[in-house]
Amino acid sequence: MSDQQPVIKCDSVYKIFGKNAEKMLQDANGKVVAEEFQKAGCVVGVNNASFEVKKGEMLVVMGLSGSGKSTLLRCISRLTDATAGNIYIEGEDLTSMSDKELIELRRNKMGMVFQSFALLPHKTVLENIAFPLQVKGNSTKDSMQRAKEMVDLVGLTGRENYFPRELSGGQQQRVGIARSLAVEPDIWFLDEPFSALDPLIRKEMQDEFLRLQSVLNKTILFVTHDFDEALRLADRIAIMKDGIIEQLDTPANIVLNPATEYVRKFTEDVPREKVLKIKSVMEPVGDEKDFSDLRVSEDAIIETVAEAVLGDPKSVPVLNANDDIVGVVHSSKVIHVLFGENSTLESNA
Amino acid sequence: MNFINYLSQRPKLTQFGIVLIVFFILMSMTGLYHDLIVERHLFAKSVDKGEIQSSVGFAESMSMILNWQLPPQLIRIPELTFYHPVINTSATYILIALLVTAGLLYKSFAESVNKSHWLRVNWFQIISKGFVGIIVGLLFIPTLYNWFFGEVTRSTFWEIPSMLQDFSQYLIFEFWQTPVYDPEIEDYEDYGRVRLFTRAIGATLLFLINLIRELLIGGFETVVSLANIFSDQSGWDWLNENEGKWYASVPAIPWTVLTAGAFILGYKLQGVGLSILAGFSCIYLAVFGQWEPAMQTLSFVLVAAPVSGLLGVTFGVIAYKSRTFERVITPFLLVAQTFPHFAYLVPVIVFFGIGDHAGAIATIIFATPPMIRLTLLGLKRVSPEVLDAGRMSGCHNYQLMFKVLIPTARRDILIGVNQVIMQCLAMAVIASFIGAMGLGFNLLLALNQLRVGQALELGICIVLIAIVLDKLSLAWANKQTDYFADLSFVERNKTALLFVAVFFAALLFAWFGNWVFADTAKGINYFYLIPHNKGITTEPFWQAGVDYMVSNWRAGIKIFNTWLLVEVLMPMKASFLAMPAIATFVLTMGVGYIIGGIRSAIVVGSFMLFIALTPWWERALITMYMLTFAVIVSVFIGTIVGAICVQNKRATKFILLVCDTFQTFPSFIYLIPVIMLFGVTDTSVLIAVIVYAVIPPTRYTVEGLRNVPESLLDAADMSGVTKLQRLFKIEFPLAFPHIMLGVNQCVVFALFMVIIGAFIGTEDLGQEIMQQLFSGGNIGSGLMLGLCVAFIGLAVDHLIQTWATKRRKLLGID
Ligand SMILES: Nc1ncnc2c1ncn2[C@@H]1O[C@H](COP(=O)(O)OP(=O)(O)OP(=O)(O)O)[C@@H](O)[C@H]1O
Ligand SMILES: [Mg+2]
Repeated sequence: MSDQQPVIKCDSVYKIFGKNAEKMLQDANGKVVAEEFQKAGCVVGVNNASFEVKKGEMLVVMGLSGSGKSTLLRCISRLTDATAGNIYIEGEDLTSMSDKELIELRRNKMGMVFQSFALLPHKTVLENIAFPLQVKGNSTKDSMQRAKEMVDLVGLTGRENYFPRELSGGQQQRVGIARSLAVEPDIWFLDEPFSALDPLIRKEMQDEFLRLQSVLNKTILFVTHDFDEALRLADRIAIMKDGIIEQLDTPANIVLNPATEYVRKFTEDVPREKVLKIKSVMEPVGDEKDFSDLRVSEDAIIETVAEAVLGDPKSVPVLNANDDIVGVVHSSKVIHVLFGENSTLESNA
Repeated sequence: MNFINYLSQRPKLTQFGIVLIVFFILMSMTGLYHDLIVERHLFAKSVDKGEIQSSVGFAESMSMILNWQLPPQLIRIPELTFYHPVINTSATYILIALLVTAGLLYKSFAESVNKSHWLRVNWFQIISKGFVGIIVGLLFIPTLYNWFFGEVTRSTFWEIPSMLQDFSQYLIFEFWQTPVYDPEIEDYEDYGRVRLFTRAIGATLLFLINLIRELLIGGFETVVSLANIFSDQSGWDWLNENEGKWYASVPAIPWTVLTAGAFILGYKLQGVGLSILAGFSCIYLAVFGQWEPAMQTLSFVLVAAPVSGLLGVTFGVIAYKSRTFERVITPFLLVAQTFPHFAYLVPVIVFFGIGDHAGAIATIIFATPPMIRLTLLGLKRVSPEVLDAGRMSGCHNYQLMFKVLIPTARRDILIGVNQVIMQCLAMAVIASFIGAMGLGFNLLLALNQLRVGQALELGICIVLIAIVLDKLSLAWANKQTDYFADLSFVERNKTALLFVAVFFAALLFAWFGNWVFADTAKGINYFYLIPHNKGITTEPFWQAGVDYMVSNWRAGIKIFNTWLLVEVLMPMKASFLAMPAIATFVLTMGVGYIIGGIRSAIVVGSFMLFIALTPWWERALITMYMLTFAVIVSVFIGTIVGAICVQNKRATKFILLVCDTFQTFPSFIYLIPVIMLFGVTDTSVLIAVIVYAVIPPTRYTVEGLRNVPESLLDAADMSGVTKLQRLFKIEFPLAFPHIMLGVNQCVVFALFMVIIGAFIGTEDLGQEIMQQLFSGGNIGSGLMLGLCVAFIGLAVDHLIQTWATKRRKLLGID
């Protein structure tokens, strides 16, 4: 993977709101302290963010309200211009792009889903979804054809001619998702897409989202402040505080090896079984022959298979992606994760 | 002791008490002048004749005050004299202006990080500071220099109108001249470019109006205009030469075609309901013999409304894009809210003359500001996420504006369109003062002849046109398309084809009409065009009703009228006039201070000061007296009616419908019955005003009471209050801020109507505006009078809005 070019690359990105932001940043020489800036009437949105996102990876950005998640996303989609730093999309410098190039980029490579859905109230479901295509200049017939496919994909068949106001929140967000996917973007931004939905619908939408992702395999930047959601979806998680990315790592590492005190506090109450994969508790295959008939994948989250494993008195073989047996897992280990002392566990995920 | 305690807990009440006490003390100090000021013109006359001085020196003033007598300058602000400003554009001053600008910009440039970038980023700052530099360098400094070392010229505030008039004349006739060939004298003559420009606009509008008009009812003026363009002889000559040829005039489209078209269009846009409304409205127009004037009005509206709409959206968009532009137009929009209709007409006459085009221009000027306001409001309310969504969909700026922002703001913009259409039809009557033809003109005639029935029929015509246009435009904006229907050519164009078929059928029909009606005495082809006033009419019925009322109720009405005039209105008017200016200031600014602190006091004070400095202070007082009376009565009636109606669902619906209907009626209509009953008196005006101004308080009371949260009412019921207690202790206090907005609207409505009352005969500001209008228009007086009226409205508006906002915050509504 390492030789492959990252799809998104941020290099010391700063975003500071306020009048003399540029000058203050220059004076600060890269060392931005939020309080000091606040006194000068500036608000720090993003503070020295550097990271890369690989193709097909899903990076979830987390943090409390006002920690700069949306601002980071808006910088990377250049809805707002970063105050300093460079952002590369597939190796091209976003910050130096002309308006025209930017529009081309958005028309072909990017899609975004918004927290409040942001549908156009005067257009029907179908027209909303077709909108990015029509903006691009595609013919009405083609756009509508494609939009119809998207309607079917997100499961809104039969509601093409509804107006957004006639749909439930979950349905509206499906439209939002369909719209963002209509141009077949490579990069998919989602800013708290499910926060406005109630828990049941949210769960359903997350499943739907995972299903879509398994089909489409996009590079995703996903913002949320719900840890459960992050754990369900993320390949890696970035935790932000006051504009600073405190830690960027796999879910398991974030929970087990918090880099800062803040991250530790943040992840304190997260149940381990929701984070750890079977891989982290499996043991090498010993001399025992008496395996269970059950098989589990090494990438399965413990929580999802715990019941089955615990219900089986024998040790359960663990399979890797090629269906080879790479180890076994004992129920005792699982019990340990579920009910034992957290600190005694070491991660090898 | 108790009383003092009570007051100390209510500082506002105490303040108000003090204001009132000072006010009455000042009122009692008019002494010598009391008899002069209770009659509108006596004081000014006496000053003119030299019987009294308009102001006295400091020492004398003091001694007068000690003798419980206000000096004359506090009773009536005297004519103010001021020095002329001086503009000097010599090299020295230009240098000074440049230096000032450079000085202002230096800091920003010195602090900027990227010097080469600076020019591009700060262009606006450069322009605005440059402007300041020019004002200071070319105006302030030369003026000061001249005042101290040069020869001072001066003039008075009362001369401003004529100065404005002179300036506008200069602008029209002398400024920036260019020679234009005049075929009459076969030579070149100098014309002001401004005049040529206004002429061109007027001619364009007139051509458009005539074009539509003659398509609808036939005629030859478009032919003349076209001939003017395409041949070198004058259009009228061409017409005379070709008289009788088929191309020398435009034939009318038979009314049946248009009616059928209305049915079809209504159906296509929305469905059966709209189809019936539009079609039957057309039939009404034709059958009642108002087809021609109605089409004249329609042609006028079909030009004025789209132009206002477009201008409104354009300016709204510019204001949304540029903060500066928004700041520049905001005061104009504010004044436009309360600037009386009539006052628009004066400048229009001066710049554009009279005729249909002038009417259209006045209408456009009148109808555009609300459209701008609503467009701006709508655009500002678009959520930033929708904007982002548009940008992420890859919109460039143009697409973002026209495909995302404007459609998303459509709710407010459509309200604006509705307003524009309503305003256009409201202006249809007023524009007829400056030569617009159509229903309004006929309505005015009917009014002059006191023909109630006909005026009513005409009024209904106007209302119908307004409603149909409004509904059609709304339906058009909400239309949907079906993308997957696989239709054949005929299916897709069936309405168009149907219309074509109907068109020819109706033409044939009209042609047959030639024979059908050939033998009747009048020889009118009813299938082609029903001439004006040749339809059926209900006038005798209405006339009989009015005659009955007049003959049977006259005695009673007369007693009531006399009582009202003698016992209420005259004393009230006299006491308004008897206010010394200083007392008015104390009262208004005092109330301003209590409501909104020092800022409100200054705002209200400056509005009043402007009025007091003009020659029309007494007239303004009369306007205020009528306004006060009308508003008090309207609010009283409105809130009671509203409160009663809201108790019952059906009554609520009914009263809202009544409000809607009354509001669309052209305001002039209300004048007729009252003149017939009460003659040319203040009573007539006031009753008409009240009937019109009672609408907003009723509506807002209903809305306010209806929107009181259910939960609060349930809580009240649980604590066992009676219905009446609930109304007065809970519902009214909560609905009060909203009701106050209704009062605010009421003031605006009443103000407009009081000014229109000049038509009956008043002696307030409206009368003066009317005089300006009929005497050909002094643009300065027209504008200043308009501002006086507008400022009265704005002062009240400011106070009520400030109060309502504070109150809302306090109650935690919003
Ligand atoms: N346009 C702006 N102007 C000034 N300050 C802004 C602007 N946009 C955001 N901010 C500030 O930047 C900080 C980060 O805001 P941001 O919207 O990125 O937070 P967030 O993490 O997305 O929060 P939430 O979970 O509430 O969406 C906040 O303090 C906010 O007040
Ligand atoms: Mg956010």
